[in-house]
Amino acid sequence: MNIFEKFMKLDRRWVYLLLITVCVLTYVADFDVPILVEKEVKVIYDRIESLEEGSVVLIAIDYDPNSLAELHPMTYAIVEHCWRKKIRTIFTSLSQNGPGMCDQAIRDITDSLSLDREYNGVTYKGREIVNGVDYCFLGFKPYYAIVILGMGQAFKLPFPADYYGTPLDSIPMMQDIINYDQVDLVVDISGGNITDAWISYGQGRFGFPLALGLTGVMTAQYYPFLGSGQVIGIMGGLLGAAQYEQLADNPGRAKDGMRVQLAAHLVIILFIVMGNVGYFASRKRLKKEGRA
Amino acid sequence: MEFTQFLWMTFGVFVTLCIMSFLYKDNPFYKFAEHLVVGVSAGYFVVILWHTGLVPKLFQRLADGDWYYGFLNSSNLEYLIPAILGCLMWTRFSKDYSWLSRWPMALYIGISAGLAVPLEMSNRVNKQLQAMMVKIDWANFFGHDGFDLLDITNGLSQLLILVGALAAIIYFFFSKEHKGAFGHVATLGIWVLMIGFGASFGFTVMARISLFINRLQDTFAWGHQSFDTSNEHYSIFFPIVFWGLVLFVTGYIAYEIVTHLRKKATTS
Repeated sequence: MNIFEKFMKLDRRWVYLLLITVCVLTYVADFDVPILVEKEVKVIYDRIESLEEGSVVLIAIDYDPNSLAELHPMTYAIVEHCWRKKIRTIFTSLSQNGPGMCDQAIRDITDSLSLDREYNGVTYKGREIVNGVDYCFLGFKPYYAIVILGMGQAFKLPFPADYYGTPLDSIPMMQDIINYDQVDLVVDISGGNITDAWISYGQGRFGFPLALGLTGVMTAQYYPFLGSGQVIGIMGGLLGAAQYEQLADNPGRAKDGMRVQLAAHLVIILFIVMGNVGYFASRKRLKKEGRA
Repeated sequence: MEFTQFLWMTFGVFVTLCIMSFLYKDNPFYKFAEHLVVGVSAGYFVVILWHTGLVPKLFQRLADGDWYYGFLNSSNLEYLIPAILGCLMWTRFSKDYSWLSRWPMALYIGISAGLAVPLEMSNRVNKQLQAMMVKIDWANFFGHDGFDLLDITNGLSQLLILVGALAAIIYFFFSKEHKGAFGHVATLGIWVLMIGFGASFGFTVMARISLFINRLQDTFAWGHQSFDTSNEHYSIFFPIVFWGLVLFVTGYIAYEIVTHLRKKATTS
């Protein structure tokens, strides 16, 4: 048995062990990797940056804890960007486990906003974020397609009260917001097929500008909608989140994880190359011996 | 951070290690964590559906009457119709009455199809076809602001999308044998599909590594919290819990190694 055949029969657990070791060591070694910002992420950042104070952005937190690792950093970066610019936000959560994610993000970002911060050379004074004035969290309702269509008529149809039980009619921020006509941008941060409903039933039916934040697994599938102009931008996986953090000058968990991504990808590429070399070398030898 | 919060964090790290132990082999700790995730998710989903669906959409609307009379004096009795249809779904468990469940199913599928067909056709078929058939921008063939292959609105991308889409469609056209020029285009279609699958695979690898990075970040944060004396709630119990978990994990690893060596000695 030559070295290539040994590689072909290598116990997969050694691969896991090596990958885990590399990830841990890279995480401990504190260094930055350069992040190249793609056009489809910059479009989203530029759109939010161009909005006036008091504009309205609807952020759909359509993911469960199993997608938290990739999508939570996007939520944190975008919501903080909106609130620093005094843009009002409406949150919905059409995934059943999403309200918990959204509630946690709101609490954390509200804490962060109370401090003075400097982003891209601009100093933003810390301020108190007030529920009902700066944001409105509508919560979860089942059957997302119907809810998306319903919000096109009036937000209070599917959501007569917000997540905390306050009737929508008595929320100050919602007095001048009836439906998507008053929303300047919809950002769907999603880990499932709710995105399809936002594209078909939301953007397709009501024509609002739609941006997507997607898990890595989903990203490639949604690029055709970028080409057709149905979505204005896409943030794909942890890399997309890191790019937004880079643009917003607000480094968080995504940017922190990029060096580990780099090292892990190098290890995986190395194993793919080794596996292929081993496969072709052993096939060549078997051919020579007349066994294949 | 308070101690109770720290205990939850410790439990999170413990469950992470339980799940990751499956990479070595199936074991009771993995099974525990797996069942916990499934159970908690299902339980949470049921409660959420109850509080966001049935309670506000049915019970509260019926309850404008008197709860004690079982909604009989409600002014919204029409809401009993969907309630009855919903109950009919449960007849699937009966051999004799399962046919009744077809009524709510027919209504549900009818409404869904009526909503979906025109919108899906318009947004997933027509608009995609339009995007494929745009006039190729020869003036900006390699990019609008200089050479930029990643710009999907340049002429080259438009040409690639058109040729790639046609080739991939031809690969799935089986009424004509894949031979000659037609066969070459079909082969190009396979290449286009493979490149697409490769891109998806790359993104999937990134997604899986991202999950691990998140657990790594939380585990290191837990380790940091265990010895963070600047924490106003810090006490000796923080490092005790830390070392307790470390000892437990080390003990389990040692047990597995000893068992493995014993098995090896017995078989040889």
